[in-house]
Amino acid sequence: MTSLRSTNSKKLLLTVFGWSVALVIFFPILWMVLTGFKTETAAIADPSFIFSPTLESYQAVQARSGYLRFALNSVAVAFGSTLLALLIAIPSAYSMAFLPTKRTKGTLLWMLSTKMLPPVGVLVPIYLIFRDVGLLDTRTGLIIIYTLMNLPIVVWMLYTFFKDMPKDILEAGRMDGATTFQEVFFLLLPLTLPGIASTGLLSVILSWNEAFWSLNLTSSKAAPLTAYIASFSSPEGLFWAKLSAASTMAIAPILIFGWMTQKQMVRGLTFGAVK
Amino acid sequence: MNKKRASGRTVGGLRTLSLQAPAVTLLLLWMVVPLGMTIWFSLQRYNLLMPEVTGFAGFENYQYLLTDPALWAAMGNTLLMVGWVLVITVVGGTLLAVLFQQEFAGRGIARVLAISPFFVMPTVSALVWKNMMMHPSNGVLAWLAESFGLPALDWFSSLPLTSIVIIVAWQWTPFALLILLTAMQSLDEDQVEAARMDGAGPVAIFFFITLPHLKRAISVVIMIEMIFLLTIFAEIFVTTSGGPGLATTNLAYLVYIRALLDFDVGTASAGGVIAIILANIVAIFLVRMVAKNLEE
Repeated sequence: MTSLRSTNSKKLLLTVFGWSVALVIFFPILWMVLTGFKTETAAIADPSFIFSPTLESYQAVQARSGYLRFALNSVAVAFGSTLLALLIAIPSAYSMAFLPTKRTKGTLLWMLSTKMLPPVGVLVPIYLIFRDVGLLDTRTGLIIIYTLMNLPIVVWMLYTFFKDMPKDILEAGRMDGATTFQEVFFLLLPLTLPGIASTGLLSVILSWNEAFWSLNLTSSKAAPLTAYIASFSSPEGLFWAKLSAASTMAIAPILIFGWMTQKQMVRGLTFGAVK
Repeated sequence: MNKKRASGRTVGGLRTLSLQAPAVTLLLLWMVVPLGMTIWFSLQRYNLLMPEVTGFAGFENYQYLLTDPALWAAMGNTLLMVGWVLVITVVGGTLLAVLFQQEFAGRGIARVLAISPFFVMPTVSALVWKNMMMHPSNGVLAWLAESFGLPALDWFSSLPLTSIVIIVAWQWTPFALLILLTAMQSLDEDQVEAARMDGAGPVAIFFFITLPHLKRAISVVIMIEMIFLLTIFAEIFVTTSGGPGLATTNLAYLVYIRALLDFDVGTASAGGVIAIILANIVAIFLVRMVAKNLEE
C-alpha cells in the first residue's frame, strides 16, 4: 500500500518535473507567440501573461512590409526545390535499391560526403557565378542551391524506404509486363508514399529554415522569410510585437511539419546511422 | 553462362547508369566546380575593388591570412563555439533523453515541446533571444534577475560569445534529444530490469547500461553537429555581426566579411579552403561510421 503511494507520488513528481523542463525549453517560442498578440508598448513592458490580445501587429506586418511576398518566396523556394530534388532522386534511389551493383554503396557514401562540404567554402565562387549569370536575388537561384543541398539526404532517405519494400510486388508487376516507368509510377510510388512524403517534408523544413544562402544570395526581390526576419535586426527601434507576429507566422507551418515527421526525420538527419 | 552473366550485368549497368546519371552528374558539378574555383581563387590575386591587381599569387593569400590575427581570433572563436555547444547539447540532450524516456502523464506532448526549438529558423531564434530574452532592460532574463535582486546583464556586450553559444545550444539540444530518444528505443528493457533486480540504482544503470548503449548515437550527434556548427552564420549575422571587435567572428563570418564586405576574393577563398579542410577531418570519421552501418 505504501509502496503504491510512493510510486504514485514519484510519478506525480516526474510529471511535474518533465513538464517544467519541457516548458522552460519551449518558453522562448511561447513568449514569442504571446508577444505577437501584444501592442508594441505592452511588448516592451514588464513581462506579463495577462494582456488584452490584439491582431494589430499581424495587420501591421502585412501592411507595412508586405509579409506575404516573403512568405510566397519561402513557399516557392522550399516546395520548388523539394519537388525538383524528389524528381531527380527517385530514379537514382530506385536503381540503388532494386538494381544494386558493386558501386552502389560507394556512390551513396560519396553523395553523402557532398553534404559535408561547408557552404562557406564555396560561397565565393557561387556568389560570383550567380552574379555573372544573373541568378543573384532570384528564386530560381535559391531553388537550384537548395535542390543540390538536399539531394543527398533525399536520395538517402528514399533509398532506405525503397529498400524496405518487399521486392515480390515489383517482381509480380514485371511479370505482368509492366515497364520500368509503370513499375515506378503505379507500384513503387503509391506503396512508398508515406516514406516519400516524410522525405519531402524534411526537405521542405531544411530549405525553409536555411539561412546561410538566403542571407548571402538574396536582397529584396527573392528574399524568403529567413532573410526577411533578419531585417528586424536593424537597431532603428524596438518592434518586438511585429517581430513576434512575423516570426510566429514564419515558423508555425514548419513546427507542425516537424512535429508530424519527427520519427522519420532521424533517419534522414543521421543518414541511417541511428536506428 | 559466363557470357550471359556478363551481358546481363552490362544491361543492368546501363540502366543503373541512366537512372543515376542526373543525380550523380548534378552532385558532381555541385561539388567539383565551386570547389575547384575556390582553390583556384585562393591562389590568385583577386580583389573586386582593385581590378588592376591580378595574377597568380601562389600561397600569398594563405600567408596573408595565416599571419592575420583575425584568422586566429576566428579560429579560436570557432573552436570555442563548437566546443561549448557540443558539451551543452550532448550532456543536455542525453539527460533530457533519459527524462523523456520515463513514463509520465502527457509525455508525448512534453517531448514535442522540447524538440520544437530545432524547427525554428535560425534568424527567428537569434532575434527572439537577443530581444525578448536577453535585452538588458526589457528582456525576460533581465526581469528575472531584477526580481531576484540581481543586476541585469547586458548579454551581448559583456558576454557576446556566451550569448551566441546559449542561442545555438538552445537550437541544437533538441536535435541531440531527438536522435538520442530514438536510439533509446532500442535499449533492452530486460537488461535494465535485471540490473535493477540485482540492486543497481538509477545512477549505476545510467552509467553502465544507458550510456554505453547510446555511445554510438552520441558520436553520430557529435559529428553531425560539428559539421553544422563549424559554419554557424545566421545567428551571428543578426545579433552581433561578429563583434564587439572580433569577439564573435568565427571562420564562416570571417570569410563572409572578406568576400562580401571587403570584396577580397583571394583571401576569402583561402579562408574557405581552411573551412573545407576542417570540415573534412570530421567528415571522414562520419562517412566511415555510416559505411560500417551500411554493411550490417
